[in-house]
Amino acid sequence: MTSPRTSNAPDGDTLVEIYRRAQLIRHCGEQFLKTIRAGRIQAPYYSPRGQEVLAAATMVTLAADDYVVTIYRGLHDQLAKGVPLKELWAEYAGKASGSCKGKGGPMHITHPASGVVVTTGVVGSGIPIANGLALASQVNGDGKIALTSFGDGATNIGAFHEALNLASVWKLPVIFLCQNNLYAEHTSFANGTGCENIAMRAASYGMPGVQVNGNDAVAMYRAAADAVARARAGEGPTLIEARTFRFEGHILGDDSHYIPKEEMAAAIAADPVPALRRQIVAAGYATDEALDAIEDRIVADVAEALAYAIAEPYPDVAELGRDVLDVEIVP
Amino acid sequence: MTATLEATAPADTKPRMIFGAEAALQALDAAMGEDPTVLLFGEDLADREGGGVMGASKGLSTKYGDLRVRSTPISEQAIMGAAVGAAIAGMRPVAEIMLMNFLTVCMDQIVNHAAKIRFMSGGQTSCPLTIRTMTGVGAGLGGQHSDMLEAWFAHVPGLKVVVPSNHADWTGLLHESIMDDNPVLFVESTLMMRAKGAAAPIGHRLPLGKANVARTGSDVSVIGYGRPINDALAIAEKLSGEGVSVEVIDLRTVAPWDKEAVLTSVAKTGRAVIVHEAVRNFGCGGEIAATIGEELFGQLKAPIRRVGSRNTPVPVSPVLEKAFAWSQSDIEAAIRSTLN
Repeated sequence: MTSPRTSNAPDGDTLVEIYRRAQLIRHCGEQFLKTIRAGRIQAPYYSPRGQEVLAAATMVTLAADDYVVTIYRGLHDQLAKGVPLKELWAEYAGKASGSCKGKGGPMHITHPASGVVVTTGVVGSGIPIANGLALASQVNGDGKIALTSFGDGATNIGAFHEALNLASVWKLPVIFLCQNNLYAEHTSFANGTGCENIAMRAASYGMPGVQVNGNDAVAMYRAAADAVARARAGEGPTLIEARTFRFEGHILGDDSHYIPKEEMAAAIAADPVPALRRQIVAAGYATDEALDAIEDRIVADVAEALAYAIAEPYPDVAELGRDVLDVEIVP
Repeated sequence: MTATLEATAPADTKPRMIFGAEAALQALDAAMGEDPTVLLFGEDLADREGGGVMGASKGLSTKYGDLRVRSTPISEQAIMGAAVGAAIAGMRPVAEIMLMNFLTVCMDQIVNHAAKIRFMSGGQTSCPLTIRTMTGVGAGLGGQHSDMLEAWFAHVPGLKVVVPSNHADWTGLLHESIMDDNPVLFVESTLMMRAKGAAAPIGHRLPLGKANVARTGSDVSVIGYGRPINDALAIAEKLSGEGVSVEVIDLRTVAPWDKEAVLTSVAKTGRAVIVHEAVRNFGCGGEIAATIGEELFGQLKAPIRRVGSRNTPVPVSPVLEKAFAWSQSDIEAAIRSTLN
């Protein structure tokens, strides 16, 4: 089943906003890498480098209170949806003022005010949870939708298939966004997945399946906006397969030895962030000077968040007994 | 089954005798009527599919609508995931996983998500969901439909585990579980579903985490939960004829368990027998026994005894099933051994 493309291309201001968010992800990621490598923060780090535009172009189509469920390699989703830098950085550092009081860490970033209600550390597990959020919206009639983001590897887990079927049966306002970066940890898409593409799996569940170049801001925006429109209209779920690539391994320390050098070089040559910048400037949506000013602001904001995360105190040990249940316990 | 919404009709002074399914239905109906965020979903729950395989949700989809009461595909991960998501979004979902053994196919959602969401988010989100599930030996259902696995879940911080021993408690504890702000695993007995017992009064609620002194006594404390409580009460009655005074503590909630009530009782009697339906090895009885040993070492008059089912998969043949399961004579022998 295919979905007709009806959404308009993003206007100039929206493209600039997509670029701002993509550049924020890119710069923030670079600083995490530097800070963790230097040993100033101890944390596992899953670089989203290469997938910035995908997340930014998707998340601008959502309202602030729409739900996002992402995974442990979801830094780009979290930033694109608006998780504030200071709380994010402090959480990476395990500090009391982190978004989760230092109890969740990078793999469980949660910030309901920006809609990021779940970040799971288990591949595929967020997919059925997104259905529940969408179910609540359907019962309440509040118009909120849920988007769940996952990789190509997650589509080989049972939870994916159970969840897509249930979403279709119940016509839930949910969007399944598969960010297909062609590698599930070290295993290539071809060696781990039995079908040609992910989008075709939607047909099994009677829902539209859309394949899109996730690194193309305009195409990604339109695909996401179409799915958002369908969900809000009560027409049910959509599976989007957004093709992309990752430049810096699955986790910090992974040298991508399993990716052919030519494949990596071609992907880096097509880096979506500078490509979007060139596109914006060529179309006259913003000048180089204006984009430089946006980047300067990002650099300053990230530097401030980093300093904050380092300076903030660790949580009190008493926190251990809090939030296990609704009342404090003796651990 | 004859469970119907009439189960919620006002009780007379003498309690009505109802099937277990009606005890569950009474609580579900009351909770749904009280709070519009209570949702029910699971396999075959809606009236179109019969109102649950035991009739425990009979009439509810008609009364409260298809939006709030839904039958699901046979997809336990999808059911539990939907419960987790809906709970995070502020609902009070009651997810039915038909049989306790089927919890094993959705453990990830229960253990990694429902139990930990509140903690890992630093209290920003929570999971006020209830999982209803049924199990128990004695129905000839064998190894994959009868296990008591409550110890696994009691071992997971963040989960509450409730196992009622009679119909009235069933209603009162289920209602309370649904209104609790934590994830609760509510374990129902397959055999009690089909047996009659005294109905709870309308609006009956019992606090979680509080044990019930089902019988007071002074010589020995029998501590347990679920069906064996009824056997303990029968044996206590029998032994009273011999002048042995047995106190029976029904935990009602397995996690968090009422340590205070248990220690108070054993401090008084100096003797403890722990009984549960689950296999004895590595069961909840071990935790309770260890705690009594740690807290009351010098006051014990006899070694602590544990009664449970044998350490095998649940068999089907009635002869083997009987040999597998705990029995009244096991409880009696354990009590007598503490008195020698």
